[in-house]
Amino acid sequence: MSKSNLTRRGLLRNSAIAGAGIAMPTIFTASSAAAYTNEPTGSSVTLGFNVPQTGPYADEGSDELLAQQLAVEHLNGEGDGGCLNTFTSKALKGNGILGKKVEFVTGDTQTKSDAARASAKSMIEKDGAIMINGGSSSGVAVAVQGLCQEAGVIFMAGLTHANDTTGKDRKANGFRHFFNAYMSGAALAPVLANEMGKDRRAYHLTADYNWGWTQEESIVASTEALGWETVNTVKTPLASTDFSSYITPVLNSGADVLVLNHYGGNMVNSLSNAIQFDLLSKQVNGKDFKIVVPLYSELMAAGAGENIKGVLGSMNYNWQLDNEGSKQFVKSFGEKYGKPPSNSAQTCYAQVLLYADACERAGTFNPCGVVEALEGFEFDGLGNGPTLYRAEDHQCFKDVLVVRGAQNPTNAYDTLEIVEITPVDQVTYAPNHPMFGGDDATLGECNPGA
Amino acid sequence: MDAIILQTLNGLDKGSAYALIALGLTLIFGTLGVVNFAHGALFMIGAFCAVFLQRLLSLSTVTIDETQKDFLGNPLKVETPYVHNWFGPETGAAIIDWSVPLAILFAIPVMIAVGFIMERGLIKHFYKRPHADQILVTFGLAIVLQEVIKYFYGANPIPTPAPDALAGAVDLGTLVGFDPNVIIYPYWRLIYFFFAALIIGAVFAFLQFTTFGMVVRAGMADRETVGLLGIDIDKRFTIMFGIAAAVAGLAGVMYTPINPPNYHMGMDFLVLSFVVVVVGGMGSLPGAVAAGFLLGVLESYASTTWATTTIPGINQIIIYLVAIIVLLTRPRGLMGKKGVMEE
Repeated sequence: MSKSNLTRRGLLRNSAIAGAGIAMPTIFTASSAAAYTNEPTGSSVTLGFNVPQTGPYADEGSDELLAQQLAVEHLNGEGDGGCLNTFTSKALKGNGILGKKVEFVTGDTQTKSDAARASAKSMIEKDGAIMINGGSSSGVAVAVQGLCQEAGVIFMAGLTHANDTTGKDRKANGFRHFFNAYMSGAALAPVLANEMGKDRRAYHLTADYNWGWTQEESIVASTEALGWETVNTVKTPLASTDFSSYITPVLNSGADVLVLNHYGGNMVNSLSNAIQFDLLSKQVNGKDFKIVVPLYSELMAAGAGENIKGVLGSMNYNWQLDNEGSKQFVKSFGEKYGKPPSNSAQTCYAQVLLYADACERAGTFNPCGVVEALEGFEFDGLGNGPTLYRAEDHQCFKDVLVVRGAQNPTNAYDTLEIVEITPVDQVTYAPNHPMFGGDDATLGECNPGA
Repeated sequence: MDAIILQTLNGLDKGSAYALIALGLTLIFGTLGVVNFAHGALFMIGAFCAVFLQRLLSLSTVTIDETQKDFLGNPLKVETPYVHNWFGPETGAAIIDWSVPLAILFAIPVMIAVGFIMERGLIKHFYKRPHADQILVTFGLAIVLQEVIKYFYGANPIPTPAPDALAGAVDLGTLVGFDPNVIIYPYWRLIYFFFAALIIGAVFAFLQFTTFGMVVRAGMADRETVGLLGIDIDKRFTIMFGIAAAVAGLAGVMYTPINPPNYHMGMDFLVLSFVVVVVGGMGSLPGAVAAGFLLGVLESYASTTWATTTIPGINQIIIYLVAIIVLLTRPRGLMGKKGVMEE
């Protein structure tokens, strides 16, 4: 009778070693074959659209998503081609990206940094998204940009206006098409001087978070450079709904201009409250009292209703822009969805096309190739006029719009009128500008992941 | 001095909303013993009654105007409200302009019905369950209601202005000897304060001077004994739920010209209103009203430049700070009764 050395414990151990041995080559093969995170191997490539689908900015997120879906259609050769017809780069042929059909997955940022990171992470890890695009908050943009940098995918920001996104928090894998708070200040200042004079006293109400602070800093700097005096800067809690307690001190402060560094629901409420107190009917220091809202969006204008009449602000884009790219985009978007696009929709649409075009020109989806293709890229035909993606900070430089609440709107979309198209030279700043992190701010190295 | 007067007015105005919502919460808690976290949603639904009526009155016929173009260059679709066709342009425009005051009449039956359905359909099944269960189910209901509103009206605020005749501000300062333009205050906010005072007075009068109210007060004090007398107290308490819903709804209707309503506005007030109820004393109607105005005024004072400069962030914590102090010194709240939520 022969005696066997096989035991239950030994069998398990040997099986585990054998299994690991068999699996080992596969693990090594998988990691060494992928040159970068989520390298597409099939006939399609997946993009991740991370927008607010719930929460207070859900309508803005919905508009972004409509624009992103339209961009995917155009990339795949469907519809009327949209801005592929007007884009100065002719790398895109309407056959997807690098011959691969474009598919997309969506995530819900909820306009919360942690939720936005979680949804972006899920799209990257579970759905294989190779690029993340969208969002309606600077906090979200900075958080997701950091995640994408770590994960080795490209982040094409949506609506983010804080200087920090391409300032102290800039990242090699992140790109911003939208303008920023500094640009708002630089664009608005000459118009304010022209319309209100150089001897004004401004009172700022500022949303108490990162974006509000950078906008206040930018507007104070640009208006004080005009000769304006800043009477007071008051921070208001982000959760505020009734701003009457903050507006009544303005009445007898000696200020003759109120600057509302608010966005979204905060802006709708603070502007409505200011109008209720009849501020625009007041005369202070022998001048008509004025209100300025440095950052406008179409949805905010709609929410504020008639209160917005005559109030100056700035925008990244407006559907009334009269250039070929804009007219083409408004036609494509309007015919498909029955309304003109918002400026957040336009920026998301442009970002998707810019990413796709960069892949085509680079001949790869490798994030480092895409970064190289986008840095210093000059283009036109996407709606904003001639634009540069600056290499040093990945910020787009283009003309900025100064707009005013329409006095006599003729329809529901006619809420804002363009006052001036501020030339890009007037809003350009040095990459190491103190408001953007100074010399310490660097992009770091591009990360292909894998 | 002018700053104090203005902040006092602001505080009374904020306090009006807090007091109205807290009054309804206390009515429900005092009668049915339910901690109703869906009460903020009732405030929001009231506001959307005003939005609904405004849109209903603005329903339009569409004609094509070949002389004007839309954003795509197509002939413009011109909308003319039916009320313009029926009553003439001027009267029709005036009807739409006065949609918020008209919404008061519309909201009362709607809110009573909503309250009745809510109580009979869901909340009555949780009377004998722990308060934690009541909080969970009513909070869930609040989320469902706000998502329903968001589905139909979107997430963006919807402008619902006051009638033109009541827009703008009055120079109160000149009436009491101040220079012009020193103390100006919006007409609608003053109306809101007086409206809240009227509603609060009406609720108290109803409870104090009617037989129905007397029975309800007796039921609040000793439900079992009132039941033993052969009175159907449950039916009366259901009606009180409807009245509480109507109070919250009217507060919401009248609030729409102050801030354009959105689906989330109920949640913005909910936590504050619970703090008001706790500070006032659970189950105490006068306590809820007094605490509402007190916290509104303190919140306004804490938002002054002097206060925020002296103690940064005081404007964000003042209400909770007061709540802590009150609960430490008077554990049952300002006017709380012994035995409420103490078993």
